[in-house]
Amino acid sequence: MLNYLIQRAATIVPTLFFVSILIFGLQQLLPGDPALILAGEDHDPTVIAHLRSTLHLDDPLPLRYAYWAGGVLKGDLGESQRIKKPVLDLIIEKLPVTLELACIAIVIALLIGVTAGIVSAVAKDTFWDYAANIFALWGLSTPNFWLGIMMILLFSVTLGWLPASGYVSPFEDLKTNLASMIMPAFVLGNAIAAVLMRHTRSAMLQVLSSDYVRTARAKGLDERVVVLKHALRNALIPVITLGALEFGTLLSGAVLTEQVFSIPGFGKLIVDAVFNRDYAVVQGVVLFTATAYIMLNLLADVAYFLVNPRLRG
Amino acid sequence: MATIAASLPIYRELTPGQRVLRRLLRRRGAMLGLAVVIAFIVLALFAPWISPYDPLQTSWSAVRKAPTAAHWFGTDEIGRDVLARVIFGTRASLLAGLVAVCISLALGVPIGLLAGYVGRGVDSLISRITDAMLACPFLILAIALAAFLGPSLTNAMIAIGISATPVFIRLTRAQVLAVKVEDYVEAARAVGNSHWRIALRHILPNVVPPLIVQATLAIAAAVIAEASLSFLGLGQQPPAPSWGSMLNTAKAYIDNAPWMAVWPGLSIFLLVLSFNLLGDGLRDALDPRRT
Repeated sequence: MLNYLIQRAATIVPTLFFVSILIFGLQQLLPGDPALILAGEDHDPTVIAHLRSTLHLDDPLPLRYAYWAGGVLKGDLGESQRIKKPVLDLIIEKLPVTLELACIAIVIALLIGVTAGIVSAVAKDTFWDYAANIFALWGLSTPNFWLGIMMILLFSVTLGWLPASGYVSPFEDLKTNLASMIMPAFVLGNAIAAVLMRHTRSAMLQVLSSDYVRTARAKGLDERVVVLKHALRNALIPVITLGALEFGTLLSGAVLTEQVFSIPGFGKLIVDAVFNRDYAVVQGVVLFTATAYIMLNLLADVAYFLVNPRLRG
Repeated sequence: MATIAASLPIYRELTPGQRVLRRLLRRRGAMLGLAVVIAFIVLALFAPWISPYDPLQTSWSAVRKAPTAAHWFGTDEIGRDVLARVIFGTRASLLAGLVAVCISLALGVPIGLLAGYVGRGVDSLISRITDAMLACPFLILAIALAAFLGPSLTNAMIAIGISATPVFIRLTRAQVLAVKVEDYVEAARAVGNSHWRIALRHILPNVVPPLIVQATLAIAAAVIAEASLSFLGLGQQPPAPSWGSMLNTAKAYIDNAPWMAVWPGLSIFLLVLSFNLLGDGLRDALDPRRT
C-alpha cells in the first residue's frame, strides 16, 4: 500500500517539472521584448528597467527559469501588473466562488448523469435508452455559453424566476446565492452529466451481465435491490474515478460560464487578466489549475486503489 | 457439379475499406451527421452566392429587427443581416475545426510514432511532456496560448491545435506499441527493412483508423473551442463574422433581440452534433466489436 502511494506520488514530480517549463515557456511566446509589452503603453524607462531586473530578463533563459521556479516553490507566483497584488492572493480570493460553482455543478451532473446512465442500462434498447443517449449527445454538443444565454432568456427574461447575473456570498444571503448559482451550475454540469451518463451506462451494462448479478437474481431478490445495491455499487467505482478526471472540463467550462453570468470567480480572473495583458496572472492561473488537476488525479488513483480490493491484493 | 456452381451467387470478397464503408452506410445517425456536415461545407464554400446580403453591410433603418420575409433570421445591433452572418460564420468555424485538427495531427502523429517506435528514454521524455500538457485543461491552455500569441483567428487555430496535440500523441503511441509487436512488423524487420520504412510503411498505415475517429471528434471539440475563444474575444475579430463573437454581442441584447443569440448558437450545436454523430458512427464502423 505504502509502496504504491510512494511510487504513484513520485510520478507527479516529472509531470510538475514539465508543467512548469510549459508555463514558463508561455512568456517566451510574447512577440518582442517582454519588458516593453509588460510596461504598458507609456514605455516608462524606470518601469522597463524595474521589470528587466525583477524578471531577470538580461539573464540566460535557464537561469531565468530557475529564478521563476524557485519563486513558485516558495509560493511566489508573481504580482498582478494591473491590481498590484500577489497572484497567489488573487487566486485564493477568487477560488471559493469557483469551487462553490463547481461543487453544485458536479452534484447536478452526478444526479442527472448517473440516474440517466442507470435507466439507460436497465432499460437497454427501449425508448428510455434512446432518450438517455440523445440527452448525452445533446449535452456533448451544446456549447455551454449558448446554453447559459438561452437559460437567461427563458428563466430570467421571459419567466423572471431567476437573476440573470451577479453573485452574492452564501454567508451573506444563502437564498439569493443559490438562486444566482443554480443556472450557471446547471450549465456547467450539463456536459459532465452527458459524459457520466455514458460511463455509467457502459459500466452498468458490464456489471448487469456478470455472474454475481445473475446469482442475485436467481436467489429471487427484488430487481430494485439487484440494480441499486448489487450492481450500482460496483459500477460506480470507475464512474467516480472518471468523474474526478472531469475536473479539467469543469474549470474550462467555468471560464465561459462565469463570463456569461458575470460571476467573479477563477474563470473571470483569467479572462480579465488576458484582456489587461496581466500575463503573470494568466501564468499563475494555468499553473494552479494544472497542479490541482495533477493532485486530483493522484487522489482519484489512490481512491480507486482503496475501494478496489483486487488491486490491494 | 458445374451446374450447382453456376447457380450459386458469386461471392465477392470485400476489402477492409469496403467493409468499413458498408457498416458506416448502415448507420443512420452517422449518415445524417455526414449530410449536415456536407451541407455546412457547401454553405461555407458558396457563401457569397447563397447569402442574401453582405455580412458586413449595416443598415441603420433595420437595427435589431425581428425575423421577417426580408431578413429571415432578423438583424443585429447595427442592422446587419443575421442569416448572412451565420452563413459566412460557417467559414470561420469549419476552417478553425479543420486547421486546428491538421495542426494536432501534424504534430501529434510523428511525435507519438517516435515515442512508440523508439521507446525507452525518448518515450519517457515524450510521455512526461504529454502528461504535463494534458494536466492543463484544454480550453484554459488554449486561452493562455491565444492570450500570449495575440487575439486573431489564426492564433486561435494554432492555440487550439497545440492544446489538442497531446491526445493524438498519446493515441498514436498506444497504437504503435500494440502494432509494433505484430508478426508482420517482425517479418519486415527480419527481411532487412530500415527503421524509417518499417515505421512509415508497415506501422503508420495500421494506426490510422483510430486516428480518423479521434480526428472527427476533435473537429467537433475544435469548433466549440473556436466559438468559445471568439466568444471571449480571442478568436475571429469584429467585424468579420464568427458564431462565437455573434453570441458575445447577442448576450447584451438578449432581452429585446433574442434572435441574435438563437441562430448562431443553433448553428454551433448542429455542426458539433453532426461531427459527433459522424465520429461515433466511424468508431462503430471501424471497430465492430464495440457494437
